[in-house]
Amino acid sequence: MTARPPRPDDPILDVRGLRVSISGDEGRAQVLDNVDLSIAPGRIVGVVGESGCGKSTVIRAVLRVLPRGAEVERGSIRFDGEDLLGLGEREMARRIRGKAIGFIPQDPYLALNPVFRVGTQLLEIMRWHAAAGDSGKAMRYGRAVRQRHRERLVELLRIVQVPDPGGALQRYPHQFSGGQRQRLLIAGALACEPRLVIADEPTTALDVTTQLEILKLLRSLAREFDVSMLFVTHDFGVVAQLCDEVNVIYAGQSVEAGDTADILQSPRHPYTRALIACHPDHSDDLTGIAGAVPSPLTPPPGCRFHPRCESARASCRDRRPSRVQIGSGHSVDCVLYGEAGEGSPGG
Amino acid sequence: MLLVRKFAKDVPAVFGFFVVLFAVVVALFAEQLAPYPLDAYESHLLQRLQPPSWEFPFGTDNLGRDVFSRVILGTRSALLVACMVVALAMGIGVPLGLVAGYFGGWPSEIIMRVTDVFLAVPQLVLALALAQLLSPSLESAMLALTLTYWPFFTRIVYAETRRLKASLFVDALECLGARSARILVAHILPNTASPIIVRATIGMGFTILTAAVLGFLGVGATPPEPDWGLSIAESRQYLPEAWWFSTFPGLAIFFAVLGFNLLGDGLRDIVDPRLRRSR
Repeated sequence: MTARPPRPDDPILDVRGLRVSISGDEGRAQVLDNVDLSIAPGRIVGVVGESGCGKSTVIRAVLRVLPRGAEVERGSIRFDGEDLLGLGEREMARRIRGKAIGFIPQDPYLALNPVFRVGTQLLEIMRWHAAAGDSGKAMRYGRAVRQRHRERLVELLRIVQVPDPGGALQRYPHQFSGGQRQRLLIAGALACEPRLVIADEPTTALDVTTQLEILKLLRSLAREFDVSMLFVTHDFGVVAQLCDEVNVIYAGQSVEAGDTADILQSPRHPYTRALIACHPDHSDDLTGIAGAVPSPLTPPPGCRFHPRCESARASCRDRRPSRVQIGSGHSVDCVLYGEAGEGSPGG
Repeated sequence: MLLVRKFAKDVPAVFGFFVVLFAVVVALFAEQLAPYPLDAYESHLLQRLQPPSWEFPFGTDNLGRDVFSRVILGTRSALLVACMVVALAMGIGVPLGLVAGYFGGWPSEIIMRVTDVFLAVPQLVLALALAQLLSPSLESAMLALTLTYWPFFTRIVYAETRRLKASLFVDALECLGARSARILVAHILPNTASPIIVRATIGMGFTILTAAVLGFLGVGATPPEPDWGLSIAESRQYLPEAWWFSTFPGLAIFFAVLGFNLLGDGLRDIVDPRLRRSR
């Protein structure tokens, strides 16, 4: 770790050249390769891609909860100036997961333990992390601490607009609707005053109107609590409503990154264009992108998108395109925009 | 309170509950309840094989002992065996199932293959062989039953743990900073409670039955213990004339097993919030 003191505009989360591989019975697969991701304080960054592109793996790598057999092979993950890959499991559990980095799981119907009251579960999260600095038992189990946690939680539930916050704590998960459960989980993610919230497709399991409410809520919460947010989704519509910046991932590789407005208006990478064109709001006929995401066991050589790319050239098959900067903060990995060093940026 | 009211509506479960409660009370106060508590070990050859009467409600056996008193006294050993066996089997089986299901890898393989071997052979046969190896006594029967019953718990807990480990809430807990031990004990174990309770309660009945069989076959309780299975074994040669000699211990076994099974089902409906809604 460098000794340089963090500056206020330093990214909260900075992922560089991340490569994650999984060894299984069928061999070794690089599920992520050369993924870059940077989240500035207070920004909401979306990670977009089709199913099976490795979006969730990014989250798992950051939180260091990769499945058995998977490991980070290369790259760095820095959170708030600290190298997360260098932290021990104990430190990760105590200080990072659920504490400094809040987490909103994918499916609110399944993400709560069915046999405990909601209050018990949410307060439990707060209790684990209560004394992150000093590990005194009294601090974690004291009556005053419990009371304070309860008050904070009720306040949070009020903010996320759960009806009857006090009574809600006494109820079981099955007594809530999907949207309400997602609100509970959001409250849980914010309970320990995180600096970053990671959301794994939190609106996918919800109907469209509920989805919209939740997105609005997330947007206002990010501002109110001054947290950054990493939002994983496959839906560009969601990105348009929520995110400040977008990172497009294809087959485990970053292909394009930039401001949401910028990318939505002028997507550069053929994959980004295809994804946006596929969105029902943009296309009347239900066309998709021809082909499917390649298996990480047998990625195509060169640019991983070339077999499905409409603008593919012969050279796409031979080597991976390098990153090209287009304007400020907009970068794309595609030969169409010239090679770094030879072509001029801004094309 | 809501739970109690729900339970009260479940007629078979309430019936089972009262049968079990009755059996427990009888076992606790066996000496006070039995009209001839000394008949456990004393014989009165002059009044042998008398049919049921006011004096001997269940008749007398081949040694002139009051069958009613012996059935009452037998309740204690039956319940004691059932409780001990189920508790010990749970103590062995549940942790093994949790560990095997959650951590996987080769320890899991070893645990589950051993479990499979145990489950491949009928429990009774295995228990019989084990009890035969030890000297015949109630204790060795208990040991044999324990050592053959734990795989049932391991199997169930393993399956549940595997299912729960893949569930999103366990995943979410990991991402929120819960440690493995906490997830296992505080979240997965309570979720496996319902199958464990069902299995344990039904296992109580089952163990009473199996212990009676061991007693019947002469590798469990030894004469002159007032054991239900042993009594039925002793009564065989006096059938069908002295029907009361075997009928009443048999009925005791029947009701004890029935009671535990009905109670087990009722408890499951209460413990499990997912099933609770469906009723």
